[in-house]
Amino acid sequence: MSTAGLCLSFAFPSVSSRSQKYCKVSEIGSSAFSGNVTIWNANRISKIKYSGPKKTRISASASQFDAITMAPPDPILGVSEAFKADTNDLKLNLGVGAYRTEELQPYVLNVVKKAEALLLEKAENKEYLPIEGLAGFNKVTAELIFGVDSSVLMEGRVATVQGLSGTGSLRLAAAFIQRYFPGAKALISAPTWGNHKNIFNDAGVPWSEYRYYDQKTVGLDFDGMIEDIKAAPTGSFIVLHGCAHNPTGIDPTPEQWHAIADVIQEKDHIPFFDVAYQGFASGDLDTDASSVRLFASCGLELLVAQSYSKNLGLYAERVGAINVVCSSADAALRVRSQIKRIARAMYSNPPVHGARIVANVVGDPMLFGEWKAEMELMAGRIKKVRQALFDCLSAKDKSGKDWSFILRQIGMFSFTGLNKSQSDNMTEKWHVYMTKDGRISLAGLSLAKTEYLADAIIDSFHNVS
Amino acid sequence: MAMAIGMKLAGRAGGAAMATPPATIRSISSWWRNVEPAAKDPILGVTEAFLADRSPDKVNVGVGAYRDDNGKPVVLDCVREAERRIVGNQNMEYLPMGGSLKFIEETLKLAYGSESEFIKEKRIAAVQALSGTGACRLFADFQRRFRANSQIYIPVPTWSNHHNIWRDAQVPQRTFRYYHPESRGLDFSSLLEDVKNTPSGSFFLLHACAHNPTGVDPTEEQWREISNQFKVKNHFAFFDMAYQGFASGDPERDAKAIRIFLEDGHLIGCAQSYAKNMGLYGQRIGCLSILCEDELQAVAVKSQLQQIARPMYSNPPVHGALLVSTILGDPELKTLWLKEVKGMADRIIGMRTTLRERLEKLGSSISWEHITNQIGMFCFSGMTPEQVDRLTNEFHIYMTRNGRISMAGVTTGNVDYLAGAIHEVTKS
Repeated sequence: MSTAGLCLSFAFPSVSSRSQKYCKVSEIGSSAFSGNVTIWNANRISKIKYSGPKKTRISASASQFDAITMAPPDPILGVSEAFKADTNDLKLNLGVGAYRTEELQPYVLNVVKKAEALLLEKAENKEYLPIEGLAGFNKVTAELIFGVDSSVLMEGRVATVQGLSGTGSLRLAAAFIQRYFPGAKALISAPTWGNHKNIFNDAGVPWSEYRYYDQKTVGLDFDGMIEDIKAAPTGSFIVLHGCAHNPTGIDPTPEQWHAIADVIQEKDHIPFFDVAYQGFASGDLDTDASSVRLFASCGLELLVAQSYSKNLGLYAERVGAINVVCSSADAALRVRSQIKRIARAMYSNPPVHGARIVANVVGDPMLFGEWKAEMELMAGRIKKVRQALFDCLSAKDKSGKDWSFILRQIGMFSFTGLNKSQSDNMTEKWHVYMTKDGRISLAGLSLAKTEYLADAIIDSFHNVS
Repeated sequence: MAMAIGMKLAGRAGGAAMATPPATIRSISSWWRNVEPAAKDPILGVTEAFLADRSPDKVNVGVGAYRDDNGKPVVLDCVREAERRIVGNQNMEYLPMGGSLKFIEETLKLAYGSESEFIKEKRIAAVQALSGTGACRLFADFQRRFRANSQIYIPVPTWSNHHNIWRDAQVPQRTFRYYHPESRGLDFSSLLEDVKNTPSGSFFLLHACAHNPTGVDPTEEQWREISNQFKVKNHFAFFDMAYQGFASGDPERDAKAIRIFLEDGHLIGCAQSYAKNMGLYGQRIGCLSILCEDELQAVAVKSQLQQIARPMYSNPPVHGALLVSTILGDPELKTLWLKEVKGMADRIIGMRTTLRERLEKLGSSISWEHITNQIGMFCFSGMTPEQVDRLTNEFHIYMTRNGRISMAGVTTGNVDYLAGAIHEVTKS
C-alpha cells in the first residue's frame, strides 16, 4: 500500500505543548505495515475494510470504551514506524536515536555478545529481582556516573534503584517528586526530548520551560537559561541533560556548568540530570559524566537518571537507573524505600536480563576496557559523519550560509534549524525521516548517504518556508 | 561572538576534566527530611527477612515462586532451550511501544483460545506488559483516563499489590465479598449479592483461576451464574490470570472462566503473566488485552494503551518476549512446556495431599480439608497473624501474615517440619 497520502503534519503533540487533540481514525493501514501502526489522513475519509463478514453477536454489553478515539502516533517512535512503511529505495531514517553502523545496520556490541554468552554458561535462575533491582548492577551503575572514588558513594549517600531504562527511571523520580513535593515544578529545557513532558504530565508534576536553544546563534541561550532558572520558584527541579543534549546537541561549557550549579544552589533548586548518552558525547565515559560529578562535588543533593540503551546498545532490554544523592546515608535509605513503593505498584520489580549484562560488562575490568574501546569507535563514527555532513553542506550550498553549528553540536543528534514545513519536505520529497523539530540522528547516517542528505537539507532550507 | 564560539570549542576540546569546584560547599540541609521509611512490602518483605535468617531449619513459604522438591528455583527445560536459540542472533532494537506482535499473538491464543474468532476478527486490543503487575497497572491507568468516574471492585481478600496498583492509578476501590473464613471456601451467596447490589456498569477485578491468596475458585456452575449476573448488571469483568496452567495443570481448563464470559458476550479485560507458568519471574513478561466491539475500536484502544506506556517505560523489554514466542511458536517446545507446567502443578497437588495427611495424622482437631480443596500455588491456612508470627519467631517458617502458605515452597524434605509447626501453633 503506497504511503503517498501519508500525512504526519497534524495532531502530533508539538514539542512545546502537549496537545490533547486526538484524531478520529479515518483509514486503517493494511498489512503493508510490519507493525500494527495505523496511518490516517485527515483529508481523506474512507471506510475501514474488514477481512470478512462480521458475525452478528449479541453483546452482553456495549463497550465501556466506545468513545475512545485514536491516539496520535508518538512523534519520535512513530517516525520509525512510518519509515518502515515507506517503499522508496532512497529512504533514510534519521528519526530515533538508535546507533547504526556505516552499513546502516543495528549494532550489537561485542562486549554484549560476550556477556550474553557468559550468562548462558552461568545458567543462572530467573527469579524475581528485588524491587530495587540487581545489586551488582546498582553498584556499578552508580560508580559509572559518580566515579568509583566518589565521596557520595563512599559515604553511602546515594539511593540507587534499577529502572526501565531512561524513561522508567525518570518516571520513578517524577512520581517521587509528585508524592513528596506536591506542587513543586519541574523545569525542562526548550526544547527537550519530547517524552519528558509526557512523563511529568502522567506523573502529575507541573512543569515549565527554561530557555535553552538560541535560534539566532544555533547555540545555547545561556543568559536566558540562567534568568529562567533564577526566576523559578524556590525548590524547583531543574532537568538538565548531563551530556549530548537531546535534541539540540548543544551542551554548556565547563564554565557554564559552574555558573548553572551556582544559581541552582542560590535558589535552593534541585538538579535532575538525565544521562542517556554517557560515552556517546565525547567518546569518553568520565568526561561525559563531568557535569554530574561537578554538581555532586559541590555538595548538592540531586537526581540522576541513567540509560544503557545507547551506550551499550541495550535498547530493548530497558536497563537504567535512578540515583538520588542525599545529604546523609539515612536519607538515602528512606528515599530508596519510597521509590521502591512506587515501582512495586508499577511493575513490581525490574527485568533481570539487561541488568545482568551491564553488571557483567561494567563490573569486569577486561570487558569494561573493551567496552570503552567500542564506545570510542561508535562516537568516532558519528564525529566523522558530522564532519562529512558539514563538509558536504559547505561545499554544495552556494548561499554562503554558515553551517558550522553542526560541528559545535555534540552527541547523536544535530539540530538542523529546519522548521516543521521544511522537515516535512525532507520526508515527503526526499524520504528522509526525522522529527518535526528539525532534529536528525547522525547515528542513522552513513558516509555514503551524506551527500544525498546535504542535497535534501539545502533544498528544504532554501526552497521551502 | 567569536569569543563565545572560541570558549565553546575550547570546552569541547576532548577529555579536559572540569576545573575544581569552588571552595564553598553548600551547607547540607536535606530535601528529603520528610521522607519516611516505607513499610516493607508484605510479600516481598517476607523473602528479605527469610534471606536474613541464619537458622538451618528455615522454610520459605512466602512468595509465590515455584520451587522443586529440593526447594530450588527452577528454570524450565523449554526455557533453557529457547535461551540457547535466541542468544547472539538478535539485535536489541526497541520493540514497538505495544511490544512484540508475535508474542502477543501467541499469548492471546492461550487466554482466548487458539481458534478464537475474536483474534481472527482483530477485536482484541493487546499490548505486551511488565508481567501481571504491569498489565494491571496499564489497565488501571486506562480506566482512570477513560472512565474517570468509575471504581474498581476488588475481592476480599486479594493479592495485596492490587490495592497499591489501583491506588497509585488513582482509581477508587471498593470491595466485594469472596472468601468464607468459616468454611475456608467461597462465600458464593454474598458474592452474588454484592454483584447484584453494585450500580450497573461497575468494574470488577476477578481472578481467572487459582485465586491469590485463598486458592478458592468458583466452580464452573458458579462462574456461569456470576457471568449471568454480570450480564444483567452490565458489569465490566477484568480478569487477572497469573496462574494459567498452574491451577489444574491444564492451561485450557484454567481459562474456563474467561471462556464462559466470552461465550456469554462479555467484553472483558485480561491481564496475563508468564512469571509462574513459564518460570520467567525476572523477565517481567505479560500481556494486557481488552476485547472491543470491532477492529476499529481495538486499534484505538491499543493506541491509547501505548500512550500510557510511553511515559512509563517507552517500550517493554524484549528478552522475555523472545523466550515466550520461541517456545509457544515451536510445536515441540510448546509440548515440552505443557508437560513441564503439568509437572509443576502435579507436584504442588501432591504436596497439598501430603501436608493435609500429616496434619491429620498428628491428630489435629481442626479440619484441614481446605488444603486439598483449594487450588493453585497458595493455601489459605486460616491461621491468624499471631500464629504466623509464632511460626516465624519460633520455627523460622516464613509466610505472609494473612496465613497464606505458598505450596510451591513445600517439599518432601520440609513437609513434616511444617506440619509439626502448624500443628503446634494451632492446637490450642
